Amino acid sequence: MKKTSIIILIGIAALIVSLLLFSVDFSTYDTIASARKKEGKFVHLIAKLDKTQSITYDPINNPNFLSFYIVDSLGEKSKVVYHNSKPGDLEKSERIVLKGKMGKDYFDCKDILLKCPSKYKDDKKVLEKSMKEQTASN
Amino acid sequence: MIKFEGEHLLPGQLGHFFVILALVTSLISLISFFNASRIDQIEEKNQWLKFARINFFIQAFSIIAIFSTIFFICFHHYYEYMYAYKHASKELEPKFLLACIWEGQEGSFLLWAIWHSLLGVFIISIKNKDYKNTWQAPVLTVISMAQFFLMLMILGIYFFDIRIGNSPFTLTRNEIPAPIFSQTNYLTFLKDGMGLNVLLRNYWMVIHPPILFLGFASTIVPFAFAYAGIQTKKYGEWIKPVLPWALFSACVLGVGIMMGGKWAYESLSFGGYWAWDPVENASLVPWLILIAGVHTMLIYKATGHSLRASYFFSILTFVFVLYSTFLTRTGILGDTSVHAFTEAGKAINVMIGLLVLSFALPMLSLFFIHYKKIPAIIKEEETSSREFWMFMGSLILFISSLFIIIITSIPVYSKTPFLKDLIIKIHNGPLAMPEDAEFIYNKVMIMVAIILGFITATTQYLKYKATPSAYLIKNIKYPLIIAIILCISISILYPFTFHKHGAGFLVAIYIAFFCSVYAVVANAMYIPLVLKNNFKSASASISHIGFSLMIAGMLISSSNKQVISDSKVNGITLPLSNDAMAKKQDNPTENLTLIRQMPTRMGDYEVTYLKDSMGNEKGRSFYALQFEKKEKNNKKIDESFKLQPDVYLMKDNNMSSNPDTKSFLTKDVFTYISFAMNKERNADTAQFKVVEIGEGDTGFYRNGYYILNKVVKNPNNEKYHYNPNSIALMADITFVSRDSMRYRSTPLVEADSMGILQYDDTVYAQNLFVKFVGVSDHHKIKIGIKESDSLIDFVTVKSYIFPYINLVWLGLVIMAFGIMMSSLKRAEINPKLASIILTLVSAGLIYMFLLAN
Repeated sequence: MKKTSIIILIGIAALIVSLLLFSVDFSTYDTIASARKKEGKFVHLIAKLDKTQSITYDPINNPNFLSFYIVDSLGEKSKVVYHNSKPGDLEKSERIVLKGKMGKDYFDCKDILLKCPSKYKDDKKVLEKSMKEQTASN
Repeated sequence: MIKFEGEHLLPGQLGHFFVILALVTSLISLISFFNASRIDQIEEKNQWLKFARINFFIQAFSIIAIFSTIFFICFHHYYEYMYAYKHASKELEPKFLLACIWEGQEGSFLLWAIWHSLLGVFIISIKNKDYKNTWQAPVLTVISMAQFFLMLMILGIYFFDIRIGNSPFTLTRNEIPAPIFSQTNYLTFLKDGMGLNVLLRNYWMVIHPPILFLGFASTIVPFAFAYAGIQTKKYGEWIKPVLPWALFSACVLGVGIMMGGKWAYESLSFGGYWAWDPVENASLVPWLILIAGVHTMLIYKATGHSLRASYFFSILTFVFVLYSTFLTRTGILGDTSVHAFTEAGKAINVMIGLLVLSFALPMLSLFFIHYKKIPAIIKEEETSSREFWMFMGSLILFISSLFIIIITSIPVYSKTPFLKDLIIKIHNGPLAMPEDAEFIYNKVMIMVAIILGFITATTQYLKYKATPSAYLIKNIKYPLIIAIILCISISILYPFTFHKHGAGFLVAIYIAFFCSVYAVVANAMYIPLVLKNNFKSASASISHIGFSLMIAGMLISSSNKQVISDSKVNGITLPLSNDAMAKKQDNPTENLTLIRQMPTRMGDYEVTYLKDSMGNEKGRSFYALQFEKKEKNNKKIDESFKLQPDVYLMKDNNMSSNPDTKSFLTKDVFTYISFAMNKERNADTAQFKVVEIGEGDTGFYRNGYYILNKVVKNPNNEKYHYNPNSIALMADITFVSRDSMRYRSTPLVEADSMGILQYDDTVYAQNLFVKFVGVSDHHKIKIGIKESDSLIDFVTVKSYIFPYINLVWLGLVIMAFGIMMSSLKRAEINPKLASIILTLVSAGLIYMFLLAN
């Protein structure tokens, strides 16, 4: 077998892999409204915690049930159910990326990624806020 | 101009001066090294070289001075400086001071620049004639150029309205618009800094960034030598001097990446050492290409083939290091990565982009322009030759790295004009990772592992040029047979149980496991069979053994990872009361709530949450969890250990969790707190109910009854220590709950010259507070009992068992040893020194990865 023919074979293999990749069901970033149109499809939502509604988490009864409400930049709201423990900084988060499927009554969340101000030290607004808190307490 | 009180402005001015000095001298040394490299006339060349070297030394010194200044500022908590305010704080343990320097963008650029300087100085100091006359000038040209760019990143000077780079010496009052800065004594209010992100307070965070950055920094050497090869038109001669460097870089970068994995495993709560996170991928990709490059260089040295590929891989390695800088530092990964840097401003993003392009574009075009001039052998390799299969292996490594980077770059596509619109059109929305993001990598990489395992095993037994098949069969049959037997027996004794992705994937795991075992056996047996136990030339075999062992360890520990905190086994948890959807759930839940003092079953263990205690730092609590494994028949405890995972609870209920791991030879028990209650928010409103009771009497409480066993005068036991002259009484009470569990409680009252002291006791499992109130007539005592709802003290944990994870670390250490050995041998370092270096390196790695815990 010649080297070139092997390389061609590997090239074909790479092509098959890339075709396979296309067949993978890549997800999308959606708003709550557009996710409702794709009920049952795995999507990524970017939203905020709706602080007007309460968070339900009772770890003594069930440490694997968390529910809360989110609101996205268009003002659309939705209930979220997450079968896992409550991320510690949920209340503090500025932005939440939720991965999961939109159902009839709520968003069935598989994974949560929080964007917290504490991680955003380079953000000017956060610095200002922290400075105000500190100097005000003195 | 206002004069502020108490500011220390000198260090900042000094630091800033050194930044500018380093910038200017690196530019001068860039130009003079470049000139020196183009001049053939010896005398003039040497003059330029001398001038260039002086400038390079000055910039190296300046960079170290800048670093020392930042360290000084953070060490003394000079919060007038933004960097100290943002990254340091007074409660921080001193060992984390270094970590807070590389937490920020500026600090990590500086770390990178320090390594470049040291590598540059080292290359200058090499006495070899070829180095001096041929390689020094062009190689240092490239390094000086990198230094110039890195200094630009931390320059912080305004050019018209655009700030070039972010200086680490900016003043807090200039950066944050707050009213406080109108007061001249503002520093008296600025008592503490924001401190180091709690996730980073781990000793791996102190050591892993320097090693990783040494790995990144050292990839510039093969890149620079590739440039030197083209620039000097000595197209093939750079391979011999560059090989030790490439190997060194492969070793350090490999170790650095796995240190990052170990850090994630030990201090982050994503439950493992590798998550295919974009930040991890971004450093893995250059390593894979570098390994491909090392192999093509070896081919070239032995046969003269694959020179062009060596150029290509050397260039791409550094280009992908730069690209990974771009990915992780511009904030472009934003929503996809757990631990990417955050965006530090548009201007700096543009500069990082320029950095990538100004190295990648000229060098790649140089390569393609000179492509035809780079010598290549027309005749193709024999299929039975070693070089042929080595090249195939390199190709596979390269393709797999491309695959990883294509997937990792998905967030970039959505930010590229045109492409973005195209994706939205085709895909019906911005592209995001699929539901199981890890599987997309795993299902391709398992194929790569299969092929690589097979090639690393077999290729060792092939000869360069061509191999007679009788020779191959004679040598390879024993390793093959042993590997098959070994694999079958392991599969029977300890089968893989990873069914999540179906039978097909399980079969792939078995094949990959066989291939990696085969690679370990074949490479190990190569030493006695072919090398006749000549260990000096066994470095390749050792590296391959390490690599394959690591892959085998990854396959076992990931496939047979076991969640033991499964709620299904939990006795306390009311079965999913408020969760209507629960029955449809396919993957079992992973969190378990442990109530204080109440033993709970978790896998083979009975786990009891004993107590919590405060750490040294503000808001840090440790939770003591007792793990006990009992024999089924006689209930004898045959395994018992304590884990102390900890949590940083912030005042706003922010939480960050650090796992704790018990390491056995064959498995790790890994546990972290997934939810903990914030004590301060839990005010208790219940009241004590006082009863009179005599020895032997019983009483009732909400959940059962209790007996006063006896009253002990001046007890001297494990809890209390009184001498006969004290005045102390202890009540010994047993609480028996409805489910016949017995709990002992021993409240105490003591009278001394100061008055009366009461030591209350608690029965957490029954929500009880017990107080010894006092003594009454007729040998009776008064006991106060409080039954509280909010008293329940609990933690919610996640707990995994990683079997045979030590194989991963052991494999890594062996691999690093092998690569280092090869590097030292090819650098022709004298054997004594080489063995000292090797001993130190391996001792350090064994300690860090296997012993320290």
